Amino acid sequence: MEIYDTLRYFISIVSLVAMFALFIGVALFLFRPGSKKIHRDSSQMIFRNEDKPMAADDAPRSEKQEAR
Amino acid sequence: MWDYIKLAVLGGIVVVAAVAASMARDLPYLVHMLAIMLASAITFIWVLRRIGEPVPVANENEYMDGPIRYGVIATAFWGVIGFLAGVFIAAQLTWPQLNFEWAQGYLNFGRLRPLHTSAVIFAFGGNALIASAFYVVQRTSAARLWGGGLAWFVFWGYQLFIVMAATGYVLGSTQGNEYAEPEWLADLWLTIVWVAFLLVFMGTIIKRREPHIYVANWFYMAFIITVAMLHIVNNVSIPVSLLGSKSVPVWSGVQSAMIQWWYGHNAVGFFLTAGFLGMMYYFIPKQAERPVYSYKLSIMHFWALIFLYIWAGPHHLHYTALPDWAQTLGMTFSIMLWMPSWGGMINGLMTLSGAWDKLRTDPIIRMMVVAVGFYGMATFEGPMMSIRAVNSLSHYTDWTVGHVHSAALGWNGMITFGMLYYLVPKLWKRDGLYSLRLVSWHFWLATIGIVLYAASMWVTGIMEGLMWREVDAQGFLVNSFADTVAAKYPMYVVRTLGGTLFLIGGVIMCYNLWKTVVGSSERKPATSPVPAE
Repeated sequence: MEIYDTLRYFISIVSLVAMFALFIGVALFLFRPGSKKIHRDSSQMIFRNEDKPMAADDAPRSEKQEAR
Repeated sequence: MWDYIKLAVLGGIVVVAAVAASMARDLPYLVHMLAIMLASAITFIWVLRRIGEPVPVANENEYMDGPIRYGVIATAFWGVIGFLAGVFIAAQLTWPQLNFEWAQGYLNFGRLRPLHTSAVIFAFGGNALIASAFYVVQRTSAARLWGGGLAWFVFWGYQLFIVMAATGYVLGSTQGNEYAEPEWLADLWLTIVWVAFLLVFMGTIIKRREPHIYVANWFYMAFIITVAMLHIVNNVSIPVSLLGSKSVPVWSGVQSAMIQWWYGHNAVGFFLTAGFLGMMYYFIPKQAERPVYSYKLSIMHFWALIFLYIWAGPHHLHYTALPDWAQTLGMTFSIMLWMPSWGGMINGLMTLSGAWDKLRTDPIIRMMVVAVGFYGMATFEGPMMSIRAVNSLSHYTDWTVGHVHSAALGWNGMITFGMLYYLVPKLWKRDGLYSLRLVSWHFWLATIGIVLYAASMWVTGIMEGLMWREVDAQGFLVNSFADTVAAKYPMYVVRTLGGTLFLIGGVIMCYNLWKTVVGSSERKPATSPVPAE
């Protein structure tokens, strides 16, 4: 029974608080300064590369990130 | 060299399956082994005929659409089969004479019911998810599918799983766990296929050329990973014999019940919700030609859903041996789920803001919007039914069946139809659909069918719940079980009618998609010269 109580305490208090804090952290991170432009750009992703993949020499990932 | 290894392995499987079939201890195992033998024999011949031929080089500057085209066809095919099975078992409930004497033990309600649920959820829904995941991950990663032929293995392997599951149900091989009926052999095979699916998807994400991972892919990834985890944990069982289909589950008692509904509700949450939300976040903005209303909200939607859904399972076990605290926990998290669900619904609907006129002219977007509307309705009804007091009325009644169907037909069905109408012209490079009028017909038949289905199930469910708890002045129950069954007859007729309308809509869709592909020629490339007139 002791193990059960310990586990149950762990589940109901520790993990719940930790997960809740993590979630709040995610939510706050979403509203960080400068996120608006990034999100606007991300939401437009689906309108690119419709018919064929981006060519390898087009714009490598790392450079593109820096350009932003 | 690689081809010879393939041949050796496939040939080995054929021999082992043939031996196992000859030593089979029961009929479903025999049939499954014959299916495996046949599948590997066909693959063997396919590989053999291509030996020594030049290997076609995968063009990294092209998307891999072959398995997606097959997936689209399989989705439409299994959809109609699943709807047909549903209409038939609805008719069996209405008119029990349809449990034919000559087919007793094979085609009666008890055998066909899991066939229907698995056909629509895993065959129709699963193929739709695999095909659309492959489509979306390529377009949003701007990269060809990873893994070469592995995507083909995922497609054909999944079809083999469907065949094994379906034949198993009819022949009586079942674990008796809702939505997890297939026995150990089919379960193991599905695990292999699913890991391959995960590899293809993750591999494509890893080699993506876009810096950001589009939100639809997050939903797809959560769906693939969580379903893998659920499937493995809920199916831990020990086969009685390696030559028979029966197995003994490791879990027992209330733990078994809890794990089953932890699985069952997250099958709803991650298979039928997260995966299909991935579809929603790609295909609705594409069809509306506008970006999603709020990208922030979509990320919030994702994380809230992930954090909450996994806890909601215990609401399936109200008033059982499950400890009270677990029941309350499940209920509380179910009610909290209302918020992210409606956030997502608003996000989907508001994507059309400024383009609402499209609803008048475009029946495909109408279908998608109605799907999101049903998502909102079902995610309101669900939390309400998970409240213990409401559940005491609704549990075990047809209200649950109605809730499931307004969600599955309305949300999963409609968004999949919208996805199919969007994808077929793109995949086969056609200018557009064969007929938008037929899409309108499909839309109205399906919508009216769902309304008839859900309304009749609300009436019969609440009536049933009230009749079960009705006591007279002395405290005796007023109604016997058979009384409630007799009282439900008219509503069952309406339900069968609603299902039939939905099925007819599905058949119309198949005809329309078929004509789209064979009835018109391939779109000319934009660069072709235009004759001067």
